[in-house]
Amino acid sequence: MISSLVTAFIVGGLICVVGQIFMDVFKLTPAHTLSTLVVLGSILDGFGLYEPLIDFAGAGATVPITSFGNSLTHGALAEAEKHGLIGVLTGMFEVTSSGISSAILFGVIGAFIFQKRKTTY
Amino acid sequence: MVNTFGTLQFTTKICIANTGTVVGPVEKDSTFADSFDEVLSLETEKDETNEQAHARMIESACHWAAKKGHTQVDKVDVLIGGDLINQLSPTNFAARSLAIPYLGVFSACASSMESVILGCLLLESGNARTVLAGASSHHQAVERQFRYPLEYGTQKPKTSQWTVTGAGFSLLEKDLKNTPVVTHATIGKVVDSQQTNPLHMGAAMASAARDTIERHLTNTNSKMADFDVIMTGDLGNIGISILKEMFQDENTGVILQDAGAQFYGNDKFFNAGGSGAGCSAVVFFGQIYDQLKKGSFKRVLLVATGALLSPLTFQQGETIPCIAHAIECRMEKRG
Amino acid sequence: MDQQQFQKIVDEKNPKVPFFMNILKAFIVGGIICTIGQLITFFYMRFFPFTEGTAGNPTVATLVFIAMILTGTGLYKKIAQIGGAGSAVPVTGFGNAVISAAIEHKSEGYVLGVGGNMFKLAGSVILFGVLSAFVVALIKTILVNIGVVSW
Repeated sequence: MISSLVTAFIVGGLICVVGQIFMDVFKLTPAHTLSTLVVLGSILDGFGLYEPLIDFAGAGATVPITSFGNSLTHGALAEAEKHGLIGVLTGMFEVTSSGISSAILFGVIGAFIFQKRKTTY
Repeated sequence: MVNTFGTLQFTTKICIANTGTVVGPVEKDSTFADSFDEVLSLETEKDETNEQAHARMIESACHWAAKKGHTQVDKVDVLIGGDLINQLSPTNFAARSLAIPYLGVFSACASSMESVILGCLLLESGNARTVLAGASSHHQAVERQFRYPLEYGTQKPKTSQWTVTGAGFSLLEKDLKNTPVVTHATIGKVVDSQQTNPLHMGAAMASAARDTIERHLTNTNSKMADFDVIMTGDLGNIGISILKEMFQDENTGVILQDAGAQFYGNDKFFNAGGSGAGCSAVVFFGQIYDQLKKGSFKRVLLVATGALLSPLTFQQGETIPCIAHAIECRMEKRG
Repeated sequence: MDQQQFQKIVDEKNPKVPFFMNILKAFIVGGIICTIGQLITFFYMRFFPFTEGTAGNPTVATLVFIAMILTGTGLYKKIAQIGGAGSAVPVTGFGNAVISAAIEHKSEGYVLGVGGNMFKLAGSVILFGVLSAFVVALIKTILVNIGVVSW
């Protein structure tokens, strides 16, 4: 169990380092950085490399935003394998990207619960 | 060369009768805190929007200025004001409550001096007896419009500035005794020094400040050393060091200062310092006005600096054009 | 003063970005968040009928829930100032982007304000995720069908 935690830490940390390099060295905005990482996750799954990464690093690969790209692509490919080209479209929308749906849900719940805070520092 | 190339000389005696400054809770620990008339305990009350709180702050500052100038807002001829929010909504809504003739102006963080210049022109031409002129900004409202939601996590660079929550208004009247007098003004030119980083506005605005200061000095036949202080609005600590470097042939010493750079003292949390239309307004109409009235300063040049970008122009990849408006104030010898 | 001279002064006065420290902090903060995620995954595997493969979904949802609490209480941005990409890249960063926008725009009501503005920051992630998934899957499907690669 300890080794899983260590690999999660290291792989997750390294993906974040890539993001930090995009921001500091290439001067990308957060939106540009995250969009690029999502696309990278998608491409890696196209090459069949992301699922093995998840097997190796667990949460170190499922938690970073790259896993969105992976799960959307994975769903599309799984359906395409079964139903051909049309599966590319249907598969994507079948995969519940729980990150997106939970963000929407907790977003509106958060808006409901939390008052606008005072500016503090 | 006054009254040409944007520099005006006022031939009548236009005085800043008094001023009103209201700031938010974060500004309580500002270097200039002692000079503010009122410090709000909450930036936005529970049941109001940011913009409503912003409007309330503007009204409050106007009431302070009028009261300290021994009059009331509804006896003032014209209100001139500006802020950073889309369509000047907070100032418009404040003007609705104040219910006097009103001109809304926008030159980003240079709005405070633009308001005063227009007020002086109205008085000079005999078209008003008293004018309330100033500007304001509200941290939360500005962050949401120009940058990110308040609770969004980003890493702010050292060049970024903190928008001041504050409203500063001046009451302008003619022919008073023992009050600071606006003798000259220089209207800014839009200057674009090809800067594109909205998180480093000091670099973008420095050139506009330089243009205005140089024009003012040339047109009024003066040198920097003739002034007790030349203060820019919100170049920030990096922006002011860029400006000083641009004037490297002059001995700027302590004369050339920046309100934003000093606003929050040495607290690194605020990175390059304060900014916003309210920053120049509350410092010029607070601390600087007090010093003039006391006689510690006899001749000052107040240069409010503004960055004329919008969230849209940034997304469209445009550079950041800037402008700086200035007024020269003198304190007559006590008679 | 010409543009070149001016730009030289600007570049000179520009504070240096602490690259090494930023990268180190991103590594540590990002690593910690992923480690917490791994602990949550173990929790779901132990107490609920999830496997290593399927526990990813509730893990991500739980992390976004935590992001909601941290965002609403003002703690997330403090973590983000230190962690930079370490807090933006994990899914908690995505959650923070959506939730902070939702809270901010409550003043314009739930339909126009919250609904209309919630994806201001995160929308491009969803767009490019879907777009790249489509393109990658399309290309791979075509390549499989013409026999160049296999599933």
